[in-house]
Amino acid sequence: MPRRDVCIAGVAESALGEVHDETELSMVQLAARNALAEAGLTFADVDGLAVNFMGEQGTVQVGEYLGLHRLRWLDSTDLGGAAFEAHVHHALTAVAEGRCEVALVAYASRQRTRRTRTFNRVVDPYSIPGQFEYPHALPPPVGRYALIAARHMHEFGTTSEQLAEIAVAARRWANRNPKAWSHGRELTVEDVVSSRLISSPLHLRDCCLVTDGGGAVVVTTAERGRDAAKRAVHVLGAGESQTVRHIAESRDLTVSAGAISGREAFAQAGIAAADVDVLQPYDSFTITVLMALEDLGFCAKGEGGPFVEGGRLAPDGDLPAMTSGGGLSYCHPGAFGLFLLIEAVRQLRGEADERQVPGDPEIAVAHGVGGYFSTAATVVLGR
Amino acid sequence: MSGAPPYGDPVTAPFWAAAARHELVVQECGACGARQFAPRRLCLACASDDVGWLTCSGAGTVHSVTVSHLEVIPGLAPPYPVAIVELAEGPHLLARIVGDDALAAAIGDAVHVAWEPREDAPPLPVFRRAAP
Repeated sequence: MPRRDVCIAGVAESALGEVHDETELSMVQLAARNALAEAGLTFADVDGLAVNFMGEQGTVQVGEYLGLHRLRWLDSTDLGGAAFEAHVHHALTAVAEGRCEVALVAYASRQRTRRTRTFNRVVDPYSIPGQFEYPHALPPPVGRYALIAARHMHEFGTTSEQLAEIAVAARRWANRNPKAWSHGRELTVEDVVSSRLISSPLHLRDCCLVTDGGGAVVVTTAERGRDAAKRAVHVLGAGESQTVRHIAESRDLTVSAGAISGREAFAQAGIAAADVDVLQPYDSFTITVLMALEDLGFCAKGEGGPFVEGGRLAPDGDLPAMTSGGGLSYCHPGAFGLFLLIEAVRQLRGEADERQVPGDPEIAVAHGVGGYFSTAATVVLGR
Repeated sequence: MSGAPPYGDPVTAPFWAAAARHELVVQECGACGARQFAPRRLCLACASDDVGWLTCSGAGTVHSVTVSHLEVIPGLAPPYPVAIVELAEGPHLLARIVGDDALAAAIGDAVHVAWEPREDAPPLPVFRRAAP
């Protein structure tokens, strides 16, 4: 069977922010219905399912709730917040090779409303982290990102003001997105660097939001995508990788898993960084974006700080990035990777309203980063 | 033999037995000489199972450091610094920096191991900034 071209034919968010009148599963059900409707499909068409953070054997829990009885491709790969880019990576191969026709990728969390986010996590005292990491009380996950940021500053002279530029760019985009949690609130570099320290050198405004939210993405053949209610976008390439969880074992703190995931995705898509019209980098923390810019090749290693100056990632900048407002200012329900894909598709369709990147963008990249800066997965989408 | 089982797991127990004597140890491969931390069953460089233990000097250098302003472990009041320490022998450890001037710890600082007593476990290796 010849490899088939693959597309994302539907995307949808669930309710965002603080969600009191839905469950995680009902949020997934609503988002999936809306994403399938964009694709011109129904639940009866779904024969592939990928989820992460939806409980033990999450594909079973979600598939059962959605009433999916024809499933023949399942994926619960746990790359943390980057899982959803990995799911699309795997779905690309599965759909291309005919292992399934319609793959649904879905997620929802009410971590804010349910207050399930905690820093005092119970760790198995006999695990490696339990013995060698947890007793030192490095705050998870921000402490890992902070150690990486501190080393990046030491090696390359990166400044807190440069990191703050990233948070400011995200807020400027959020102020063009009525769905964004932080919509309507200005943010300056001075605001960021004068916010309280969480884990130095990272300040409160270097850190993502803690919200509820969910969504769904439909991956199918380009042929089916031609019948979609909205324009489908092509999945041109994808890649994934990982480094470590026990940060003392990092081989190089200043190189993320994105160096490999990005290389793989760009090679499969046949693109270079200069071809990217709109970038959706995972912005769990400002340093996450800075490292992605370097590791994906938008600038040389160590030059991320100067690169982001002057509003380069902001509206009217050379490299529009985090155009939803990102995890820093739009929403961050524990795992943000799915929302990177949703926003990338909307930008390529030209339906991003006030925040639409001008010039009919043709290439968008969704770059997920997960865990303790441990994982990365990259998806290249084309109009 | 005392009645208490050794602390840690079957691979890490020698590390904690040494810690009880205030000795900091890392693994050293008898076949290729590579050193590693955290402990493994095999050498990560050559896959030999001839992995022994090297007693370290306790000297190290701060490779990176953050000051946590969050309370992560009840009773450990922030702010406190946590560092990745590069041991003189090579391997890196995550460890808190302690002492009166701990909050001033910076990358490149010379540090030396100290031992923090614990009630239900062997002492924990932490580090103090070395006198300049």
